[in-house]
Amino acid sequence: MAVGDDLLVAENIRCAVGGRSLFDGLSLSVGAGGLVEVRGANGSGKSTLLRCLVGLHEPDSGTVRRNVESLYVGHRSGICPRLTPVENLRWHLGFAGAKTDAGAIDGALVRVGLDDVRDDLCDALSAGQQRRVALARLLVCPAPVWILDEPLTALDAAGRGFMCDLIDQHRSAGGAAVCATHETLPAGRGQGPAAVVVLGR
Amino acid sequence: MSLFLAQFRRELLIALRSGTDAASPLVFFVLASVLLGLGAGGELGLGVIWVLALFANVLAVEGVFRRDHDDGTLEQLLIHAQPLFPAVVGKLCAHWMLSGVPVAVLSPGAALMLSGATTGAGVLVLTLSIGTLALTLLGAIGAALTVATGRGGLLVAILVLPLYVPVLVFGASASTAAMLGEPTTFQILALAALLAGCLTAAPFAVGKALAISQEY
Repeated sequence: MAVGDDLLVAENIRCAVGGRSLFDGLSLSVGAGGLVEVRGANGSGKSTLLRCLVGLHEPDSGTVRRNVESLYVGHRSGICPRLTPVENLRWHLGFAGAKTDAGAIDGALVRVGLDDVRDDLCDALSAGQQRRVALARLLVCPAPVWILDEPLTALDAAGRGFMCDLIDQHRSAGGAAVCATHETLPAGRGQGPAAVVVLGR
Repeated sequence: MSLFLAQFRRELLIALRSGTDAASPLVFFVLASVLLGLGAGGELGLGVIWVLALFANVLAVEGVFRRDHDDGTLEQLLIHAQPLFPAVVGKLCAHWMLSGVPVAVLSPGAALMLSGATTGAGVLVLTLSIGTLALTLLGAIGAALTVATGRGGLLVAILVLPLYVPVLVFGASASTAAMLGEPTTFQILALAALLAGCLTAAPFAVGKALAISQEY
């Protein structure tokens, strides 16, 4: 793949947290249609790597180039429990500078299966439902690169299948994703297998 | 502008739903005024109101970013809100509407409890309105620095109380002068200048502090 096609590139990055080196000399790049799975034991630095990629954490050395917009769904979902799913999504949509598109939000909530609780406070939703609100962001706010920290956490079997389909569709449409995960994401139909980065060795 | 409004509206909505949480610094201000008034027999100066307003402000501002940190809103703000400045100002203005403005509005009542007079009430309300916004902006720097440590409280107070001193000095001076019928233009202008400085500089400091707080 030509270098110019890369949507997100990390070159030779090194990170140490609390004096403990997590990774050193790590390089990865992801282009259109690409998927990178970040694996590793608990505490091996998966989340830190993703936070470096999205710009929340400055690596100790090396560079990260973000050539396009990216969307980050972390452990902390970015969903306020005192707001309803609709209000939360509206707020996230506001960043895109787009006029609030009520249709897009309604459509996304139907697709993630939350249309019956759309006006309940997120406080009252289960962990899996809150996760689904966070994932609805992927549908509402378009971004070429998705950076997902354990996207399958708290989801039921149907939710996992849905999430995997979503990543597939995103890749087919020319998007890319970097996922920290403990389980293999099912290989996409018609797309190459995921590149795997294993931390902690 | 849209970032400012989005953040402002969101904060008001969340605070209204939180109910008693948002009101507790105000309850502190009212209770302390009543108790001090009863205890000291209505012979205290208006400077005491400023000290109470200042403590109420530390109590309120200390946790202003905590909920956003806990639910990941802060991460999303730092990633997507470009520039961060209007979003920070919007959030803090909403916070001030619910903590500073009520204190300013209730201050003539507190003045009556503490000093037994309401002379200069207009100046008191005006200076407290200006002053509490400046205090909120300054306090937010401390709140942002300590948000990830999970225990702001006393630490925020120690960090920001030195910054609060100029506001307290001019504010208390204006209120006292107004009560005695002396001119207050200089103190009010000085307060306004302090506020202008805080409005331009503090949101940058808050943004930087928030970015640091999310590095771990």
